[in-house]
Amino acid sequence: MADLQAGPSQLPPVAPVRPADGAPAAVTPAPRRTGPGRTRRSPVARVLTWLALGAATVVFTYPLLWLISASFKPRSEVFDNRLIPKTFTFENYLTVWQEAPLALWLGNTVLVTVLAATTVTISSALVAWGFAFFRFRGRNVLFGLVLATMMLPGAVTMIPTFLIWNSLGQVGTLTPLWAGNLFGSAFYIFLLRQFFLGLPRELFEAARVDGANNWHMFSRIALPLCKPALVVTLLFEFQAAWTDLMRPLIYLRDSSTFTVPRGLKALLDQFGFGGDWHWELVVTASVITTVPMIILFFIGQRHFVEGIATTGNKG
Amino acid sequence: MSSQAAPLRGPRAAKPVLRPGQRRNRRRARRAALLFISPWIAGFLIFTLWPVIYSAYLSLTDYDVINSPNFVGTSNYAELFEDPKTALSLRNTFIYTAISVPAHVVVSLLLALLLNRAGRSSGFFRTVFYLPKMTPPVAIGILVLLLFNGQNGLVNGFLGWFGIDGPAWTTDPSWIKPGLILMSLWTLGSSVIILLAALRDVPQELYDSAKVDGANSFQVTRSITLPMISGSLFFLVIINTIAGFQTFTEAYTAFFGSGNTTYSNDAALFYSIYLFQQAFEFLHMGYASAMAWVLFVIVLIVTVIQMVVSRRFVYYESGNNDG
Repeated sequence: MADLQAGPSQLPPVAPVRPADGAPAAVTPAPRRTGPGRTRRSPVARVLTWLALGAATVVFTYPLLWLISASFKPRSEVFDNRLIPKTFTFENYLTVWQEAPLALWLGNTVLVTVLAATTVTISSALVAWGFAFFRFRGRNVLFGLVLATMMLPGAVTMIPTFLIWNSLGQVGTLTPLWAGNLFGSAFYIFLLRQFFLGLPRELFEAARVDGANNWHMFSRIALPLCKPALVVTLLFEFQAAWTDLMRPLIYLRDSSTFTVPRGLKALLDQFGFGGDWHWELVVTASVITTVPMIILFFIGQRHFVEGIATTGNKG
Repeated sequence: MSSQAAPLRGPRAAKPVLRPGQRRNRRRARRAALLFISPWIAGFLIFTLWPVIYSAYLSLTDYDVINSPNFVGTSNYAELFEDPKTALSLRNTFIYTAISVPAHVVVSLLLALLLNRAGRSSGFFRTVFYLPKMTPPVAIGILVLLLFNGQNGLVNGFLGWFGIDGPAWTTDPSWIKPGLILMSLWTLGSSVIILLAALRDVPQELYDSAKVDGANSFQVTRSITLPMISGSLFFLVIINTIAGFQTFTEAYTAFFGSGNTTYSNDAALFYSIYLFQQAFEFLHMGYASAMAWVLFVIVLIVTVIQMVVSRRFVYYESGNNDG
């Protein structure tokens, strides 16, 4: 493809805009186009690019659209692979609602997710601020330890952690699914610290002169300035907690305590393989599990995308 | 990384002589810092340090939750090397990781390069590519069963257009892993975003001077683009390898669990799944702890090898990819 063909570029050449500090820059990337994308290409190359992008779009969206569509099909037509149901029915939703305590499962999941996301955001912000603002002996060693914990496979701590919750009598309750978040999480501490480091120090020196104490500097100055990073943390953890299956598998016993993913697995075992092959119910429950995440994404898509881009940048 | 600490870190004085007041300030700062950090310290001690030590101890016992642990020396580890299922699960995991990680990175790179040419609409496609990542892994496990169904699945329907009679992806042992790997590629949106961000950070001057030198598109990609984003590529290889070794939910949903004993699912028995079964289905906590430590050592060795190899290929702009 002739991307380096001579000719005026499509966009006026702008100087790469970069906000003053590295860290927040990545979370709010400046709108700029660099690279070969800026040069004008031959029509053939452009058509090929658009065809490839179109094909990729189908691959990435079709399974979800098909899943949603299949949930409105009667049992005999679930596998017909049409995007528009031949016979449109709402029956599956009514049946699955009767067959499974979905309202209860959704309630449990909302409770766990809200608690997990808020606690991890607050605790990680506190810890990140401790590492970003203060200078003290041993800081780098401690922060190195924070990063090192990210490398540890979850399997190593999984069993003793289970035994802790077991000895506290919390196995079978929702507590183990979120309470660990009270202590912060290495990934978010890292993310938020990067953000705090980008704030200009003069701001805090001025506040100090005005008599602000350490707590005020954190809660009244740093936190409000870091709202985008806090939102990223909330959204990421909301998604992580909502979609988790392994911990509900380990900790939840009774169907009344299930989260939606755990319940979905139970429904698959019951209706998918367990004799009846009612795949239309499995499909419908999958949609109920997935749609809240899609809504979450459309509410916060800018934050998701920018949060991910930052992650890569700092690796 | 550390160079970014600059804005909040003053010039480091060479061993300053402190007046008593300064010393008090410094002690105060330390106390305040530790207060802010204390949640993490408590969490580290309770949920990381103690579990690591205790799981090392458990791996030397026959603990089964019901009876108190008996010390059995290294016999769990000896058993591990003789257990055919451990060997099988390890082999499955290696195959899965060795194929899915390169495939993941290459496809992400191709999509990111495409997106980088999409101009204004790249934002739309970025959203589209990321959307599958929001699907809960349980639902992805179910999608594996539905989309790759041998008779009625979408994938074989598509292959049928080209006259290809698709395999029984979900029941034929030799096609189970390929199906899972293909499905895992559906959620590579976050890698595309990371690579796209890296592509946009490549300085335009480099492309301009290549243009002056008359380089063609392929040469530019090979000699400028790839070296400039090699840091991000390497990052993706590392984190996806670590994740690949721990793959669990999709395969467990699709091929394991109470309702699912109708056919042999050995082909989908990944290491984390076997570990989970040993720990929480058979309550062999000692054996499972030994398995966890073996996994940790394997991941560590593979990561170190990748880091050593990467030194030859990865280019870091003045040792700091944020410029």
